[in-house]
Amino acid sequence: MVSGVNSVVPVLCFRAAADQRMIKFVLMVNRQGQTRLSRYYQPVELSRRAALEADVVRCCLTRKKDQCSFVEYKDFKLVYRQYAALYIVVGVTDTENELSIYELVHNFVEVLDKYFSRVSELDIMFNLDRVHIILDEMIQNGHIVETNKSRILAPLTALDKMADG
Amino acid sequence: MALKIVKGSIDRMFDKNLQDLVRGIRNHKEDEAKYISTCIDEIKQELKQDNIAVKANAVCKLTYLQMLGYDVSWAAFNIVEVMSSSKFTYKRIGYLAASQCFHESTDVIMLTTNQIRKDLSSPNQYDTGVALTGLSCFVTPDLARDLANDIMTLVSHGDCVKRKRCSVLIMYKVFLKYPESLRPAFPRLKEKLEDPDPGVQSAAVNVICELARRNPKNYLSLAPLFFKLMTSSTNNWVLIKIIKLFGALTPLEPRLGKKLIEPLTNLIHSTSAMSLLYECVNTVIAGQYCSSVGSVVLCVQKLRILIEDSDQNLKYLGLLAMSKILKTHPKSVQSHKDLILQCLDDKDESIRLRALDLLYGMVSKKNLMEIVKKLMLHVDKAEGTTYRDELLTKIIDICSQSNYQYITNFEWSVSQPVTPHPPGISVSWWTIRVFAVAQMATLLDNAHLLTGSMQRNGICEVLYAAAWICGEFSEHLENPLQTLEAMLRPKVATLPGHIQAVYVQNAAKLFATVLKSQEGNTDSTTAQETSQLMIDRLPLFVQSANLEVQERASCILQLVKYIQKLQQKDVEVAEEVIALFAGELNPVAPKAQKKVPVPEGLDLDAWINEPPSESESEDEQPKAIFAKEEPKHSRPRHTEVDEKELARRREARKQEQANNPFYIKASPSSQKVYQDAPGVEHIPVVQIDLSVPLKVPGLPMSDQYVKLEEERRQKERAEKKKKEKKKRKEKRSGRGKKHDSGPESEEDITPAHMVDIVTEEMPENALPSDDDDKDPNDPHKILSLHFFGPFQVVVSVIFENKCDSFLKSMEFNVLDSLNSKLQRPEGSGPHDGLTVPFQLPPGVSNEARFVFTVQSIVMPQKLKGTLTFIVKDSSTHEKLDFKLHFTCTSYLITTPCYSDAFAKLLESGDLKGSSVRLEGVNMPFHHLLARICFHHHFSVVERIDSCASMYSRSIQGHHVCLLVKTSGQTVSIDAKCDEPTLLGNVLDEIKQTFSQC
Repeated sequence: MVSGVNSVVPVLCFRAAADQRMIKFVLMVNRQGQTRLSRYYQPVELSRRAALEADVVRCCLTRKKDQCSFVEYKDFKLVYRQYAALYIVVGVTDTENELSIYELVHNFVEVLDKYFSRVSELDIMFNLDRVHIILDEMIQNGHIVETNKSRILAPLTALDKMADG
Repeated sequence: MALKIVKGSIDRMFDKNLQDLVRGIRNHKEDEAKYISTCIDEIKQELKQDNIAVKANAVCKLTYLQMLGYDVSWAAFNIVEVMSSSKFTYKRIGYLAASQCFHESTDVIMLTTNQIRKDLSSPNQYDTGVALTGLSCFVTPDLARDLANDIMTLVSHGDCVKRKRCSVLIMYKVFLKYPESLRPAFPRLKEKLEDPDPGVQSAAVNVICELARRNPKNYLSLAPLFFKLMTSSTNNWVLIKIIKLFGALTPLEPRLGKKLIEPLTNLIHSTSAMSLLYECVNTVIAGQYCSSVGSVVLCVQKLRILIEDSDQNLKYLGLLAMSKILKTHPKSVQSHKDLILQCLDDKDESIRLRALDLLYGMVSKKNLMEIVKKLMLHVDKAEGTTYRDELLTKIIDICSQSNYQYITNFEWSVSQPVTPHPPGISVSWWTIRVFAVAQMATLLDNAHLLTGSMQRNGICEVLYAAAWICGEFSEHLENPLQTLEAMLRPKVATLPGHIQAVYVQNAAKLFATVLKSQEGNTDSTTAQETSQLMIDRLPLFVQSANLEVQERASCILQLVKYIQKLQQKDVEVAEEVIALFAGELNPVAPKAQKKVPVPEGLDLDAWINEPPSESESEDEQPKAIFAKEEPKHSRPRHTEVDEKELARRREARKQEQANNPFYIKASPSSQKVYQDAPGVEHIPVVQIDLSVPLKVPGLPMSDQYVKLEEERRQKERAEKKKKEKKKRKEKRSGRGKKHDSGPESEEDITPAHMVDIVTEEMPENALPSDDDDKDPNDPHKILSLHFFGPFQVVVSVIFENKCDSFLKSMEFNVLDSLNSKLQRPEGSGPHDGLTVPFQLPPGVSNEARFVFTVQSIVMPQKLKGTLTFIVKDSSTHEKLDFKLHFTCTSYLITTPCYSDAFAKLLESGDLKGSSVRLEGVNMPFHHLLARICFHHHFSVVERIDSCASMYSRSIQGHHVCLLVKTSGQTVSIDAKCDEPTLLGNVLDEIKQTFSQC
């Protein structure tokens, strides 16, 4: 075991670009193409974000309802789900399991639904910081870390109590 | 002064918060940019305030604006300020902004080190959490180095589960930025794999999975631990990660694969989570589990369920995974062809494209026609979409992959309108050229229908090939004059120049053929009319803007004018005109050009002559172009050899062929004589006889009639020297009168075409070269291909009306079996009947042909059918049931075989044996043999006394060998064949023949 660990260090080669992230970004966009939330798990220059978002959104918006939710986009994949007028788009690396992300998105929406009791686009816009807290509880470093609803919401409820008190 | 401060803070209370900003932006849709710029100005003012609450509010708004795409890097220092607030609500806003806006090159990050360290060690778990989250987003190598130790402390001593979890995760980021930290941290990380808290565990799994993906070798020792986790964990997301990890590990340790197969298959069987199922299937496919065929079959089954699901996502993923299996286990996927074909009907384009990709890999000789036929249907449906282009590309790819190896029926492919037919390919289809010519002539005739839409998408290139084929093989044309006329229509002038050029040139060839046929007549006016037609139409092309067209047209025009002069003097010119185009063209190898040595001193870029003088001389002496030029000028200058050069080369080639002992001509045996029927029925067919009569149950049979009919037929058979199938069929009238004859039908089956692919011709002075592994003159290179696949069986049915009434509206219908299907026109349903194209007056008989597709010939087929018709006088609908019996015998072709070849065949050991005994056969031995030969298409190889060996061959090339012995009334037949099912059925049929006598 020890010898294994010893040899790890020299062999590891870290590329400058953190292209190993499993989840690259999470976007929430409405039907008009306006970004409602964006979270990048790998650094993307600000100037490129807008173009990327616009392109990704166009990709998803042009798809019909009866089409499947996975799109091969450049060198990675998009998994998206539509909730009323809101699209949640997740960019994942090629090796990621699409279905697990697809299920994660729904889990995320369920958590939002529980916290905001029937979440709407406006909830997300007005409480962007809170949505971020929820998202951070669920995804860290581009990995799924928590999927249990009450555990995800625990810090947020604590926070709300603090603000009230 | 003090009042002013108070007033200021009251103002601040009415500052816009995030909600106001969002609302404001929504209310200023018209001038959003302007509104936001005023907001940013306000924010800048707010950031100048000392009040941390105001600053935090401003930073919060900035985070929103940053999301909208505004650069907020100028506020980086303010964000750090907010981060260091002692109040968590503000700190949180600061960290959020930092995680969104900061990146490695943000210089203020170095100011945060101490603040983050403080937060990490804060007793407040939320401070730690928010710091870890932020850090994971903007960690730099410096931060990683400075904070690695703090994080490690958290990992091992953290009292709070949540903090532990976060810190484990952030370790990965730290390792990335600061690899030196990995070694000391690894043992702790490993401990966390067995942490009682599932969250921490899953975090550790995540980190190790990522590390292992980069360098799996170092993590092999952890396999048992992961194995335990995999069997115990219930969290699907964690399971997926572990399975992924194993996917990375197994290539290094094959034994692991064997061990994994069981838990994986268990998971596949038990899990209800599709994502987990999909991951398992993917791992099985990708992993080194190929030895286990069972697991692949299981995967394919599960994928089938996914694809059949109504959920588009599952369908898509199922197809995606299928295409991965296809690479390693094509057979297991091919059995689900039906399902894949169904997916082509899906509403979702991405699913259709996936299915298309799959089909490309699934094509085999057997299913190519079916698949392409299906695709063609879709092309029609998908008119005007990009999907249609994709479809067409795929069809062409499918057909042409591996140099047309899957095309078993070239005739069929010629009749497909989209397949591109470069002349080079058509030329290699020697055996089917007659058919090709007929098809192409039809195509040219209908070109006006096609040009409109064709020009747009470039399919008109097919006309280029069609015109050339018609010209080159004009002697096979049914009505060359009509084709000539079609080629000279004014509409042709709208085609692209290079196609027009081919049209003009080939019109001349056609003209020669037409002249030849017309000169035999006593009346010379028709020949002159043909010349006049040329003279009338050609000027249109002489005016063409395309130089090539112009040149050829004017050249040919002069020639025709000269011919017309001669015609008027009653001189026979046809032979000479034909001579212009004499000689046959052979395919030119793609590498031919390379093999021609470049003559010394030849500079292809230099001007050889002034171009105009050349064309002038051609105008003066048109004949010389074709007939008299020296062969040495005929070296092709382009790989795409143009018509003129080809013509010039023919003469030389003919001579060369005569002198070249290695030259092999197209096998004459493969050229068949065709009947005059138009269209598809032109397909060359081998007569196959089905000797089991069609019986219509429940009908009285007129024995006498049968006898008569048999005699008549036998006479015919003798005349035709062909074996024919005999079927008896009876019709019955509703009124109970006996009307009908046993119409007989002839079974024709498309043969396993023997296509000789002729060696491609090389230029005469070709150099032998090492890079080319094939010697072009090697006679062994002539390939004989056997073609397999669905066969077309043409059944011709003779209807004879034996009643006194007029019969009309006859409809012929057959209940399809899986193996044999009646071919119905496109668009009709699978149970629709086919209208018999005639009516029957009393006492009249007529013949109609029906095409069946037969998948496999090893099993006999009995098809039930009905004929419905209306009796005119009473206007009643009548029905007649019948059965069509496709015996296995009917697929055998009498093939002579020499005894030594026969012996070799038996020695080879490839054949499987079977035997049958016939009792009570009371006939002379030679009668018995004659009966087997006649009814079952065998030929006698050798006969010694009461023992004979016999041979036959199926249309698919199965060898069937019999050894027939007789003693007294007992006949024993020992048989061998490479297809046991076929043999069994043939023997059964033989047995039946003798039981009837």
